[in-house]
Amino acid sequence: MFNKSLILGGLAVFVLLVTTPFWYGLLKAGPPPTPEPPPNGASVCVAPVEYMRSSHMKLLDVWRDEVIREAKRETIVVNDPKLGTLEFGKGLQLACMDCHSNKEQFCDSCHEYVSARPDCWTCHMTPAEIASKEAL
Amino acid sequence: MNNKRRKFLKMAGATVLAGMGAPVLVKLHGTAQASADSEPAPAHAADSHGGGHGHGEEQNAGIRLGMVIDMRKFYDDEALLDEAIAACHLAHNVPDIDERKSEIKWIWKTGYGNAFPDHSHNRRSGSVENSAFPVLCNHCDNPSCVKACPTKATFVMEKNGIVSMDYHRCIGCRFCMAACPYGARSFNWQDPRPFITVYNPEFPGRNRGVVEKCNFCSERLGKGLEPACVEACAGTGAIVFGDLNDPESEISKVLHEEFTIQRRPAAGTRPSVFYIV
Repeated sequence: MFNKSLILGGLAVFVLLVTTPFWYGLLKAGPPPTPEPPPNGASVCVAPVEYMRSSHMKLLDVWRDEVIREAKRETIVVNDPKLGTLEFGKGLQLACMDCHSNKEQFCDSCHEYVSARPDCWTCHMTPAEIASKEAL
Repeated sequence: MNNKRRKFLKMAGATVLAGMGAPVLVKLHGTAQASADSEPAPAHAADSHGGGHGHGEEQNAGIRLGMVIDMRKFYDDEALLDEAIAACHLAHNVPDIDERKSEIKWIWKTGYGNAFPDHSHNRRSGSVENSAFPVLCNHCDNPSCVKACPTKATFVMEKNGIVSMDYHRCIGCRFCMAACPYGARSFNWQDPRPFITVYNPEFPGRNRGVVEKCNFCSERLGKGLEPACVEACAGTGAIVFGDLNDPESEISKVLHEEFTIQRRPAAGTRPSVFYIV
């Protein structure tokens, strides 16, 4: 092969350039964030923590379809060792934000890390947003 | 040469004949198939067109929530109507936009002529002529908006007949607004949040680019409450709410006793909101 070193060297540079975004992401990402625990001290969620971590978006979709399309609005009861019996309606504003009242510290910390941009909050209101106006 | 020409003319003639005859064959075949299919067809036709009873008589089965608005209670008391509207808009985070083009309304006031163009004539009583009529989504039995929606963002709830909206799915095409004969739908031309002064923390808002309308207070019904407008008129009997298909319900009794009219019955949508005028 003619110009062996030049070709191989060029190829190496090319591959490095093409994979730059991955190297950049790896270096930039830093350690994964730890979302803030519920400020009200609750330690039990509506589903096991592992499931909530991986699949909370699926649960929210199920809730949405049940509530809006099938009018299944039965509440979810959780027994918390510290706070006693908690009863939630299905929904971001009715359930999640009751305990995870700080959207910026809880939702955003992970979503930003993984570049997920859910559009929940264009319609649903965070506790901070509600507090910014007179509430019913 | 001559022979070739003769052959060609023969072939062309046969082809023309076959071409003329083919549609007849297709037609014959088609009618034969149609008559074979026709046995179950009449039942279906009766189902979807009200069985020739005329518009507005057939009601779908199951729970069908409906409303009777007794205008006699509102003629002397427009403040009551204002309260009902305020209660609804407060409960659902409806923005208060002061511009005709972009206003959002779930329940609002209009004149008799606009509410009932089919019943309109030039010799109306003073109370009808000078009063504001509450109008809202009619939660039709045969809703044209649902047919128009390309994403199934608006649909009839099987459980109770409410014409509901899933704002998550709405793409803002506004076909439903064009399809609705009652103008019951509003489009969010802008972010509605700055125009909401008081938040109901238990109900979401909407974002720019979705259509919204009355939901018959599905979220309140789920908690065993009456719709907000009905509750605001509690004690006056101005708005009666209930199951149209339950002969024992209050609304059925009222409908049985009183003469009521519907908005634009000729549109064939079979509204669930009735008016005592």
